[in-house]
Amino acid sequence: MPPDSVPANSSVAITDVIGIKESTLGQRLFANQAVWVAVAVALIMALMSLRYPDQYGTEDNFYNITRNFSFIGIMALGMTAVIITGGIDLSVGSVMGVVGIVVGLIMHQGKFSDSILYSWYVAVPAGLATGVVCGLFNGILVTRVGLSPFVTTLGTLSIARSAAVLLSQNKMIYEFGWSGQQFFDIFGGQFIVANSVWLLLVMTLAFAFVLKATVWGRHLYAIGGNEHAAQLTGVPVVKVKLQAYVFCSLCAAVAAIMLLGWQGSAINALGTGYELRVIASTVIGGTNLMGGEGGAFGAFVGAALIEVIRNGLILAGVDSNYQGIFVGGFIILAVLLERVRGRKRE
Amino acid sequence: MPVLQLRNVSKHFGAIRALNDVNLTLEPGEVLGLMGDNGAGKSTLVKIMAGNFPPSHGDILLEDGPVVFHQPIDARRKGIEIVYQDLALCNNLTAAANVFLGREIKRRFGPFNLLNYKAMTEQAGRLFGELKSETRPHDLVRRMSGGQRQAVAISRTRLSNPKVVLLDEPTAAISVRQVAEVLDLIRRLRDQGICVVLISHRMPDVFSVCDRIFVLRRGRKVAEKSIADSSPEEVTGLITGAIHAA
Repeated sequence: MPPDSVPANSSVAITDVIGIKESTLGQRLFANQAVWVAVAVALIMALMSLRYPDQYGTEDNFYNITRNFSFIGIMALGMTAVIITGGIDLSVGSVMGVVGIVVGLIMHQGKFSDSILYSWYVAVPAGLATGVVCGLFNGILVTRVGLSPFVTTLGTLSIARSAAVLLSQNKMIYEFGWSGQQFFDIFGGQFIVANSVWLLLVMTLAFAFVLKATVWGRHLYAIGGNEHAAQLTGVPVVKVKLQAYVFCSLCAAVAAIMLLGWQGSAINALGTGYELRVIASTVIGGTNLMGGEGGAFGAFVGAALIEVIRNGLILAGVDSNYQGIFVGGFIILAVLLERVRGRKRE
Repeated sequence: MPVLQLRNVSKHFGAIRALNDVNLTLEPGEVLGLMGDNGAGKSTLVKIMAGNFPPSHGDILLEDGPVVFHQPIDARRKGIEIVYQDLALCNNLTAAANVFLGREIKRRFGPFNLLNYKAMTEQAGRLFGELKSETRPHDLVRRMSGGQRQAVAISRTRLSNPKVVLLDEPTAAISVRQVAEVLDLIRRLRDQGICVVLISHRMPDVFSVCDRIFVLRRGRKVAEKSIADSSPEEVTGLITGAIHAA
């Protein structure tokens, strides 16, 4: 029966309240962790600029900060998709390493040959494809075989890093052949801020849109909220989760290519330990490790906060060995904040 | 003509025989009360009809012949809707999002399937109104009462034009007033020619809406008779085994 045929009088009181949102915009912002982290970032930057106007509040430093967190931010977007489904991907740092080596090796051949095969036109798609393969590997083991995401991606972390070392024959790649300069100009270039920062901005906006407005985004949250219910109601759980892992590895590949463009050299240790910084960014931005909650802006500002703290400590002359303590403290603070908000919500 | 038939259906879980050689025929526009003690096989029986798992032996027949369901949406596509006992809701989503989960109203925009928030909110609101539930489409399920959750789960069955609606303990967690609404809804479904299977422990509910009762004990059918020829006392006896068969 179409619901239109309900007699009008049966729903008088109910239709009146449909339009009422449960909270005002202000209340929602107040409850959003990403907003608080953004405020913290702005506050730290403002205070540091006042205190150290010559070193901190400069264009150069702004350029450095934004570029430094753009790579982590791009990876954190992919991580957000996986964590919203209730999973985790520990392999992103190693995927970054192997992608960097694949791209570097192909372009390196351009030193000896003018063939288009050994240019970035081929190397970049090959790098992205490498990311997709890693994502499929993780995704298939998690969704089809039913292995735990933690252990599966821990395995991939080890495998991909080893593959990077083997492929590179443990050598650094720093000659990028005939298309190298163009590659550096495009992927490592800048327009006011580094190109990787623009890419992060575009990807953040696009991913925020996808999470909020598309069926795929809705299904990510549904799987994280109650995977069994999602399955029963006809959400294509296996497909959506698989796509989340592929998206995550693809983001790591994109970040690897941008990082390569800026650094100008590929080493097989590229991205070592990044998985923890990426997960930390995601969690600080308010994404719940239990799944079902999180957002694109959280990933962005979470990555920004870690870099702003790191950069601020350096410029304030604090021994760089203290960085870990501060960053770790903020991670725990973020989870505590989440806990307090969670209690209020129940 | 029956809308759904089960023929000699058995279900084993390892050594456990949950259902043994059960035959069941459902006619359009009837309400069947499926009764039995805990572990008698009621939920197994409805889950077979809803496509959660296939029977170990026996056949499921619809109007146009035998069917095999591999997953719940196969059954849903054939016009069989179910409200699970645990309701199958996502606490982190809104009421409207839960109603439309898995069958969102969407608009195509380039490569994207966009959610049509407005249409889903309005329709969910109408469905809640129909159940006389004070559920607001924008509210998160996490913050809802048992009755509101139940309304969300039941509203899902109203999205399609089902032939059979299976309700697994729909009145277990809700207030007295809401029980009356659910029973009214069952009658309205029946009046539209839909067959409703009601699993319930509440004798008054069963005797107020059902046309027939079907009693299971230890995986076997012990009675199938018109409600007019039975009594709550007899049914209680059948469920507990004090009366062997009727």
